[in-house]
Amino acid sequence: MKLEGKKRVWAEYQKEIPDDHFFYVRSCIRQTFFAGSEQTFLKIMRDDLGKDIYEDPRHTTCTGIGYHGDVVPFETIQTVVARHFALATEAGYKNIAISCVTSFGIYTEILETWKHFPETLEKTRENLFRATGRVFDLPVSISHASDIIYKFRDEIARKAKYNLVDVRSGKPLKVVEHIGCHYAKMFPKHGIGGAEFPHVLVGMIESWGGDVIDYPERRHCCGFGFRQYLVQANRGYSLSASRKKFESMEPYRPDFIVANCPGCAMFMDRWQYTLKELDGITYGSNETGIPTLTYEEMAGLILGYDPWEMGMQYHNVQSLGLLKKMGITADPAKRFLTKDGSRLPEPANLLNS
Amino acid sequence: MSTVTKHVVVAGGGVAGMEAAGALAELGHRVTLIEKEQKPGGHLKQWHALFPDRRPADDVRKYLSRRIDNRNIKLFTGISVEKVRKQGHDLHIELSDGSALTADAAIIATGFDLFDARRKEEYGYGIYDNVITSAGLEDMFNAGRITTADGRTPSRIGLVHCVGSRDEKVDNNHCSKVCCVTAVKQAIEVRQKLPSCEVFCFYMDMRMYGPYYEELYRESQEVHNVNYIRGKVSEASVNINNRLVVKVEDTLAGRPLRMELDMLVLMVGMEMSQAGTRLAEASALGRGINRFLETGDHHYGNNLGHVKGLFYAGTCTAPMNITDTISHARAAVTETVRYLTTR
Repeated sequence: MKLEGKKRVWAEYQKEIPDDHFFYVRSCIRQTFFAGSEQTFLKIMRDDLGKDIYEDPRHTTCTGIGYHGDVVPFETIQTVVARHFALATEAGYKNIAISCVTSFGIYTEILETWKHFPETLEKTRENLFRATGRVFDLPVSISHASDIIYKFRDEIARKAKYNLVDVRSGKPLKVVEHIGCHYAKMFPKHGIGGAEFPHVLVGMIESWGGDVIDYPERRHCCGFGFRQYLVQANRGYSLSASRKKFESMEPYRPDFIVANCPGCAMFMDRWQYTLKELDGITYGSNETGIPTLTYEEMAGLILGYDPWEMGMQYHNVQSLGLLKKMGITADPAKRFLTKDGSRLPEPANLLNS
Repeated sequence: MSTVTKHVVVAGGGVAGMEAAGALAELGHRVTLIEKEQKPGGHLKQWHALFPDRRPADDVRKYLSRRIDNRNIKLFTGISVEKVRKQGHDLHIELSDGSALTADAAIIATGFDLFDARRKEEYGYGIYDNVITSAGLEDMFNAGRITTADGRTPSRIGLVHCVGSRDEKVDNNHCSKVCCVTAVKQAIEVRQKLPSCEVFCFYMDMRMYGPYYEELYRESQEVHNVNYIRGKVSEASVNINNRLVVKVEDTLAGRPLRMELDMLVLMVGMEMSQAGTRLAEASALGRGINRFLETGDHHYGNNLGHVKGLFYAGTCTAPMNITDTISHARAAVTETVRYLTTR
């Protein structure tokens, strides 16, 4: 493997990421899947990096899942996104920071459409004004939230309390990275590092001391795929895609998986439980499962955030072994307690609990 | 022999340029042959053996060297023609070293560039150790050793056709014409040099258009047991043993295929050369949708440019094999002489 070759590809797919002043748009599903990740991102941005990042409670779903499920027409989703731009315009922000990879794909697809077919932009302006009375400016920049963490990865490294290193052996942790399809496969130019050798997560992992695993099924679908899970009858297809990835990465003995897409992180975590139930297979070191993290959780751990405050206890594959490896002290007994000691609901059938 | 001696500049010292220069000199014209590399010969310099008969490329190199061994030819290497413009009846030709020439006519023979395989990122050329190009395999043939990056003898090699050709994703819709038969030739050579090595060709369709190509294709299967799989390789990666893993859809069997290989050879196609592109842009020469030089007429004027006294030879107009390139260069000479004697 020639690192120089990868660096050449990475250099070709860089994009301007603003330094400050972001309008943050949340994901409709991440707050359920990874309850603390978005809050962690905001905390990192505001408290650790000192950035201005604003969110508007009137922001809604982008309707991307409905769009990809063929129940929301393109004209409708353009108008919904235009409304988000109107909220940003009203608040005085020009840089959009997007939590969800599906939304990121939607926003970029719509902006590309408006660029190539200006009449659709005019029609959308008309639709939005008629429906809401709002007007909007086109954003100056569109960044996925992982782009922003990538941009500030070295600054985060300088503030690191922990590294992606096994404190006992001193060796880098072995990390599987997985980007969402709609982050770069639709428009490689909008993804850092492009679609074939994406650098957005690799850059974070390397800056924070870890080693990236390049395994044969690295590019394979995580198993999310809208039609694979929206249609219940297709879920076996979803499961087999995830399984293919796990089996391909297994010989490398990864310490954890990190993803920048709601669906990828969700399915690569939850399907490990399902595969255990269905086939009796548990992947990972000592058959304890492979923890699957969001990039915000990974950044949070590096900065010394409490894993239970970030909601990592609600992953199907628990991260206790990983935390220990990194030298992070986190009391397992406090996983399902609130700050005032109240009991949180404890999921059943956790792996490596 | 022509009765009037004229000065003709030939831009490019590859197969077409050398043949054109030789033919013009033979007719008594004064020729200035300009080659951007330090030695003439073009891509042929790198090739080990030629299709369809697998004769040594050196045979043709020697022929071309003899062709330009003529006192009427002045060869300049290490410089390129940057711009051509009409100046009265003559052509004013600017060179990369800042000097200029005046000529009665000129032939552009700036040839082609091999497609940069790094642009097909999914194959990992320049990243994975054992992904090479067809030109790289010729280097191995020339060196007399076919080995992986760590010096092992490969036991399984895959050849991917149409890399950078017939591919909208890289903005090359054209067929490079010679890659299919090059793959067949190289597959046979590998089988002959490494009899225990399995060879797989991944193709879209086999374009065996030239004389004896079909026969070579048949021989590769019947005599040399080369395997042909109809399907494009969608991606390459490496496993934990640093062995290549490719994914292909076998469109005849109708199922996806996943295969481990020791080496993957990318059959890179032809693109308009950068030197030719520069010259065309500076001289306002028309180019086709395939970005090669646009000729005066596709059927009966494909050596003609749109500037009087300026002619085209070889692969600066379209992909072609050596046989056709030599014929095309001779035709350009015919057009040039006709122009010089009738203007």
